[in-house]
Amino acid sequence: MSSAQVNVAAENGEIINKEAKPFLKWARLLLKSKTGTVGFLIVFLIVLVSLTAKWIAPHDPAAINPANMLLPPFWMDGGTAAHLLGTDNLGRDILSRIIYGSQVSLMVGVTSVILAGIIGVFIGLISGFYGGIIDNILMRLVDSFLAIPNILFALVILTIFGPSVITLIVVLGVTNWVSYARLVRGEVLSIKEREFVKAARSIGVKNNKIILRHLLPNVISSFIVISTLSVATTIILEASLSFLGLGIQPPTVSWGGILSDGRDYLATSWWLATFPGVTITITVLGIIFLGDWLRDVLDPHSQGRS
Amino acid sequence: MVKYFIRRVLQTIPVLLIISFIIFSLVFVAGDPVALMLPEDASFEDVENLREALGLDRPFLVQYGSYVVNLLQGDFGESFRFNQSALPIVLDRLPATIELAVAAMLVAIVISIPLGIWSATKRNSSLDLLATGGAVIGKAMPNFWLGIMLILLFSVTLGWFPVSGRGTMLHLVLPAITLGTGIAAEMTRLIRSSMIDILNQDYVRTAKSKGIHDFFVVYKHAFRNSLIPVVTITALQTSTVVGGALITETVFSWPGLGQLLIQAVNTRDMAVVQACVFVIAILVILMNLFADLLYRLLDPRIKYN
Repeated sequence: MSSAQVNVAAENGEIINKEAKPFLKWARLLLKSKTGTVGFLIVFLIVLVSLTAKWIAPHDPAAINPANMLLPPFWMDGGTAAHLLGTDNLGRDILSRIIYGSQVSLMVGVTSVILAGIIGVFIGLISGFYGGIIDNILMRLVDSFLAIPNILFALVILTIFGPSVITLIVVLGVTNWVSYARLVRGEVLSIKEREFVKAARSIGVKNNKIILRHLLPNVISSFIVISTLSVATTIILEASLSFLGLGIQPPTVSWGGILSDGRDYLATSWWLATFPGVTITITVLGIIFLGDWLRDVLDPHSQGRS
Repeated sequence: MVKYFIRRVLQTIPVLLIISFIIFSLVFVAGDPVALMLPEDASFEDVENLREALGLDRPFLVQYGSYVVNLLQGDFGESFRFNQSALPIVLDRLPATIELAVAAMLVAIVISIPLGIWSATKRNSSLDLLATGGAVIGKAMPNFWLGIMLILLFSVTLGWFPVSGRGTMLHLVLPAITLGTGIAAEMTRLIRSSMIDILNQDYVRTAKSKGIHDFFVVYKHAFRNSLIPVVTITALQTSTVVGGALITETVFSWPGLGQLLIQAVNTRDMAVVQACVFVIAILVILMNLFADLLYRLLDPRIKYN
């Protein structure tokens, strides 16, 4: 809500109720749910960290310092406050690398989910609305994608086109659209039988207008819920691919990449592989909490079910 | 039933065709293998001759047609790394992956069934919170990272289990737990919500009101029925399980499909990559078919149309 609205609202008591309500309503709903609040705070913090990485990271994430190789975290013998979470085999600061790594993880997670959402919602709307042979063909396409595990499909495409951030976003987008398509198709199948759609049809509203004006707005809430949860799984998938060496390539820092580096030093320096994994887990946990809360709020049918 | 089964089997044909088309197109786009096969100073004529000999000068659809004919004969091409047909190499690794997947499923079942029932019958108890909380954390943890942490704790620090490889039962424990906990997380949530649904049904209330002991209500009346969605959704998880196995195998150097695939990907051994994709896709399709039929067998209320 903009400050201008607040000013207008302050002048007129009635408008206060009208204008300030949505924000307050959402805040109140959020505070009612413990996990929702925790999830929101985690996600907010991670986004803030990734946006301000430049200023809050204590060191250059790529700065190699042979004198500080494999320093343990600060609370252990030999650790220093200068490197709170220790350093890696090249003397790079782990905390700074994790902070910078959040940028790539979030960026890839969010953009690829948007891409998947656009493809999936489009196909789901078309498939559900037109039905018949179009639906049949598109659903066989969905079946085909479901038969190949995401990670396998991603591996094949990354092998052929070579790993890069853009390829990775496209790959994750192209592998994840299926869940949107199925969900949107299912919703459209039931929505299109409802009175308001029949009414629109009977007065001769064109098909694409029905899809855009009547069907699309009704699938938005499911879209938001599934997108949030999708970001969580995509972050894990990206980390897995980077771990396998086919995701984000050095010198760009990614959580999966730091983890992969740390694997070779497991016997001597446990912190290398531990901290990035903890970071991924906490981030994904926050997103799941936020997504579950959104589902409860946006879709009353599923409340308390899981 | 038989009619339905036949129709479902026939439905897999277009799916397999679409998969083969996607894979073929991707490999086609990937470029000319001839450039890799000939020395750099090969003449234009040599390149053309080899392309002709391999049939690469033919139109896209003609090439795809002969590709499909080869696939039907189980011919995915030669692996240049092993100098032999790709399919037997892949099938050779399949038992190891299946062994891991089955062990992981067992781990998942052992964890999730008691936990799911327990948390559903004692809703909002501290155990329920622990179970649901554990399930969420299990879902949030990257599988491969859990594997690394288990190696760190049980192999490196305590020395109880071997770090990697396959052979004894001890080798199987950590990979199975790694892959199994991820599945268990999903299954616990499923069993819990399925049980909660069933416990609210009229027949369960009737059984309770007749004075039947809670234990029998839960196990005889509720649990059996709650298994219907659980069993089928579990079978539908095959794709996730196999996907997870691919990474778990890499972490533990488990000599299955996953390890073979990653090696093939790194050496660009496309014949093996393609054979892997098809074998896994067929496995997933068969399991989905199985899940569908099982669902109908377990629940006679479902009609076959």
